[in-house]
Amino acid sequence: MTYVIFPNLTARPTDSQVAQGIKSENFRRTALYQNCAPTATNLSAPGGGGIKMDERSRDALDTFPKLLIYHAQQRTDHVAMREKNLGIWQTWTWGEVFGEVRALTAGLAAMGLKPRDRVAILGDNRPQLYWALMASQTTGAVPIPIFPDASVDEVQYVLSNAAVRFAVVENQEQVDKLLSIKDRLPTLEAIIYKDPRGLQNFAAPLLHAFSTVQARGRDYLIEHPDFFEEQVSIVCGDDPAVVLFTAGTTRTPRGVVLSYSNLLETAKRATDMDCIGEHEEVVAYLPMAWVGAHVFYYCHGMLKGFCLNFPESSDTVFSDTQEIAPTYFLAPPRLWESFITKVDMRMDACSRVRRKLFTYYMKLAQRLGSRILNRQPVSFGERVQYAIGDRLIYAPLRRQLGLQHVRVAYTGGEAIGNDIFEFFRAIGVNLKQFYCQTESSGFICHQRDCDVNPDTVGPPNQGVELRIDEHGEVLYRSPGTFMEYLNDDAATRSVKTKEGWVRSGEIGVITESGHLRIIDRASDMIRLNDGTEFSPKFVENKLRFNQYIKEAVVFGDGRSSVTAVVNVDFDVISGWAERRNLTFTGYVDLVQRDEVHELIRAHIEAVNKELAVEPHWGANQISRFLILHKELDPDDGEVTRTRKIRRHVISERYAEMIESLYGDDDTTYVEAPVTYEDGSKGILAANLRVTTANIHPSIGKAG
Amino acid sequence: MATQETLRVDPDVGEVLLRVENVELAFGGVRALNNVSFSVRRGEIFSIIGPNGAGKSSMLNCINGFYHPKTGSIIYKGNRRSRIRPHRAASQGIARTFQNIALFKGMSVLANIMTGRHLKAESTLVENAFFLGRARREEFDHRKTCEHIIQFLEIQQYRKSIVSTLPYGLQKRVELGRALAAEPELLLLDEPMAGMNLEEKQDMARFILDVNRQKGVTICLIEHDMGVVMDLSDQIVVLDHGGKIGEGTPDEIRINPHVVEAYLGVKQGEEA
Repeated sequence: MTYVIFPNLTARPTDSQVAQGIKSENFRRTALYQNCAPTATNLSAPGGGGIKMDERSRDALDTFPKLLIYHAQQRTDHVAMREKNLGIWQTWTWGEVFGEVRALTAGLAAMGLKPRDRVAILGDNRPQLYWALMASQTTGAVPIPIFPDASVDEVQYVLSNAAVRFAVVENQEQVDKLLSIKDRLPTLEAIIYKDPRGLQNFAAPLLHAFSTVQARGRDYLIEHPDFFEEQVSIVCGDDPAVVLFTAGTTRTPRGVVLSYSNLLETAKRATDMDCIGEHEEVVAYLPMAWVGAHVFYYCHGMLKGFCLNFPESSDTVFSDTQEIAPTYFLAPPRLWESFITKVDMRMDACSRVRRKLFTYYMKLAQRLGSRILNRQPVSFGERVQYAIGDRLIYAPLRRQLGLQHVRVAYTGGEAIGNDIFEFFRAIGVNLKQFYCQTESSGFICHQRDCDVNPDTVGPPNQGVELRIDEHGEVLYRSPGTFMEYLNDDAATRSVKTKEGWVRSGEIGVITESGHLRIIDRASDMIRLNDGTEFSPKFVENKLRFNQYIKEAVVFGDGRSSVTAVVNVDFDVISGWAERRNLTFTGYVDLVQRDEVHELIRAHIEAVNKELAVEPHWGANQISRFLILHKELDPDDGEVTRTRKIRRHVISERYAEMIESLYGDDDTTYVEAPVTYEDGSKGILAANLRVTTANIHPSIGKAG
Repeated sequence: MATQETLRVDPDVGEVLLRVENVELAFGGVRALNNVSFSVRRGEIFSIIGPNGAGKSSMLNCINGFYHPKTGSIIYKGNRRSRIRPHRAASQGIARTFQNIALFKGMSVLANIMTGRHLKAESTLVENAFFLGRARREEFDHRKTCEHIIQFLEIQQYRKSIVSTLPYGLQKRVELGRALAAEPELLLLDEPMAGMNLEEKQDMARFILDVNRQKGVTICLIEHDMGVVMDLSDQIVVLDHGGKIGEGTPDEIRINPHVVEAYLGVKQGEEA
């Protein structure tokens, strides 16, 4: 097999042409792809008699299917997707992906999929599910990715709300979910599964194997050879491309309808700013139902034509990432936290010399690393010192985490603790923050290279206008502004103003340098009795920086003091307990141990000390806390699938427990509902200890 | 779990894969097995249950040739045999796992599962020493089979982990993987869920069902967890003090008065 190493660069339209939809004559002339790919001419030719097309969009690369054809022509033999399967990275070139999508598209159409139909896509990241995205978009249907770990009720909500006709799912687990609710989904006509395991002997009229649908499509293509190209030319940029459901942090999830131009315009501006090109390596491991992942993997990938790598399973993400060594990397804060936890755990087990070395050079890195990345003046001596540290510590550390080739890394979806953020910049990872909402089709703001201030999410993306209203709420307007909420005009009107501004629901300020600083959700702000208002997220992030604390929720609205409920990280803390020869029977037992409470108390008091010296934050020190005997879990509705805390659920469910945090008792009886893996529910009850933490005299109050 | 029921294929009633006839086994004066007979049909999940010391493991050891019964015979695939060496039993398609995990603790998961392919190897020592044609091809085939098993058992992330560093439940899974690598027709499982927590048990039960349904492997199982036995088994035989005291489907066993008395105690209704 021959690989085209340097594609014909002159034939490639510039990125601005791509986005603006200016057709490139060169591109049309060099339609090399012979066998099954269309020529550019029949791409632009009106498909049949009755097809009406917007003149402007005819030749433009304004939809994902058109981009697919473009990449299949331009970089036929370049690797488009890799999936680790049976221990080996299997690859698909753009030409092969094109063939697969073409067959699937025809198969779906032969089964009766029509434009504007909705297709649910349910499962972990797999190439086949990405093909399903492309195939349904080609037919003009609108795909709806769903979180793979969504409960049956959540799946039913989405499918009935969107009147889904077809569902493309990964495996038996997802098929089971759909079959158990099929009586309540009158519109569902077909379930197409990728992995036949456990389904071979199972006959249900709804079920179709992915490969049979494709085979059917190949037959259909023999009769209708121009089918795919006709289909591609019908859809244009202003059509709806995808429906993404919001996580539902504060209210029930809403389906956000985004058009092709929403997604592509936003993606184009963001990637150009970071100089993202076709040679990036990206590990696609985050659920495609999350807007961040959808934008990074699907939109940026299809726009730039870089390679997506799919890990073997959700448990092997870490080692697979190490193997791939991505150049463009996205992770939510909790993953960055877990990286640090991993480092801390390993360092705990190291010899003293190594630990000393590590501590010394990490201090140095914290002083210099982010200044070097920001291109601020650093003396020659310091540079030499940093270079030595890089050889000894930072480079090996980056290699261990699989981040050695990262050129641009992003954290998003949730606020990240400053310490965590600075850690990665200190060791030379160009980690940046971005701010996005599902309603904005991706980046609203993102930090620029060499201009990173950890307190802000950076200046607005090109083409985005920002405004802060009189209540402090952030409003934005951009080409990415969503079309509408699915079946909910009232909600659309309440969020999107007539002039096209979108209410973000979050409080923020714009700094002098034009960067946006997000404070917290407007509805989450806590106001103490004495009138001080603060963001719980800020305190929680400080707590979570500790390796032993996995999750923390802070209370205090309408109270005189601040209290906290803590989830400990069982893996870390059980290792810690083992080293100290503490015996315990399980999670519930361990978290009630005096030693654990002492450990957590020490950390909380350290956080209190930090708060005491910060201006405005002195009053928000944590006076009492307890360690919850179960982990906050999306299955129980306490956090969203993207692991954001649902405060209203927690405050309602644990009202009594929160009350006792403000009482005098040392213990409180708590009943917590749990959902087991098989879907059955139970109650986990325990007497929990409440521990009081010392509060430091506030120094920064005056400021 | 309605869908799981519908997934269930009726066992191919008819062909007897293994027949145990009047088997007696004694260690000195202790009678471990006393005139035990039963049949295992192809495609079913067959359970042997009984209190501690009832002779369950001895029975499995007789089947795979580890022990030799004093009298009686074992008929496997129509061939009657009195004495057989374990490796012969293995090459005839009988694989097993052990009550106390018997893996190579210092080797990786993958290497352990590869050892299960040993009997399938046909290349010679010399070929292997130089990694020539056939040895090379074989190695690739074996690796592929093992990778399918690793995927089947969902242990991809532990592929290269050393077995001794893994938790108990996972080691059990690796042992099952090694047994599967031999591509057996009859799989003997000696307490596959002993010492597991609820979640691990559920996983293991799922794998046992999958092995049976998808790979078509006949399974003969010893297990103490009655819930598991009643849920999984097509047929059950109950041993006590070396003798057979009951046989039948889970529903029949539940109401069998001898079994209830000897095994489940007087508390009826405990079984599920």
